Amino acid sequence: MRITDIIKELDLKVISGNSSITNEVTGGYVSDLLSDVIGNAREGNIWITVQTHQNVVAVASLKDLAAVIIVKGLQPDSDTIEKSNIENIPVLSTETDTFNIAGRLYELLNKK
Amino acid sequence: MQIRHKIAGGDFTRAGNVASAVKKVLQQINIDHKQSKRIVIALYEGEVNVVAHAYSGVVDIDIDSEKIKITIADKGPGISDIEKAMQEGYSTATPQVREMGFGAGMGLSNMKRNSDFMNITSIPGEGTTVELINFIKPDAN
Repeated sequence: MRITDIIKELDLKVISGNSSITNEVTGGYVSDLLSDVIGNAREGNIWITVQTHQNVVAVASLKDLAAVIIVKGLQPDSDTIEKSNIENIPVLSTETDTFNIAGRLYELLNKK
Repeated sequence: MQIRHKIAGGDFTRAGNVASAVKKVLQQINIDHKQSKRIVIALYEGEVNVVAHAYSGVVDIDIDSEKIKITIADKGPGISDIEKAMQEGYSTATPQVREMGFGAGMGLSNMKRNSDFMNITSIPGEGTTVELINFIKPDAN
């Protein structure tokens, strides 16, 4: 499934990093600890988090993640937006909380 | 091939820049994808440790036909009990650093897991040096 499909299905807002928005998604990862994501997320995953600072983009880029979803309507810092456009990491936003958006993403990715 | 990078302690805006630069080099010289990913993880964690705990650091990357050796040497408070520091979940990071999602006490164990050889030496009050070696053909070792 492509990021664009997920954006449509989960009604996500695209904040930045639009250039990579058609990339394929391999799965999801949920964590607010950067070491956990660096150690355990997989290439092509969508990462769901409450963190909004630019290190999120650095981690996503190093791990070749597909995109980041920032939950609860939290706004990413301006340098996060800037960096995501440089690194081509889509930063997406939802008003929903982590539990609910992760549940919906799981359902979507595992739907036959 | 030898590469040297400097890290400024406390500068979280640039944390990950060294790992990112090295990742590009490893891709250019066609290092095995799996091994390359491990090296980048270990280096990122080492870099963040310098930013979070030390005043300054120098990273030396030495690549030959067999292995990639990374040495991260910092000037900082040092580690008095390395065994304790290696325990997953143990961290001396400040509350501010933890709020950003760092300081989960997973850094050193991530480094250990993602390197073929790791050695830490530290002098409390002076600094810490971490050596990481990853063999280019992991199957051969």
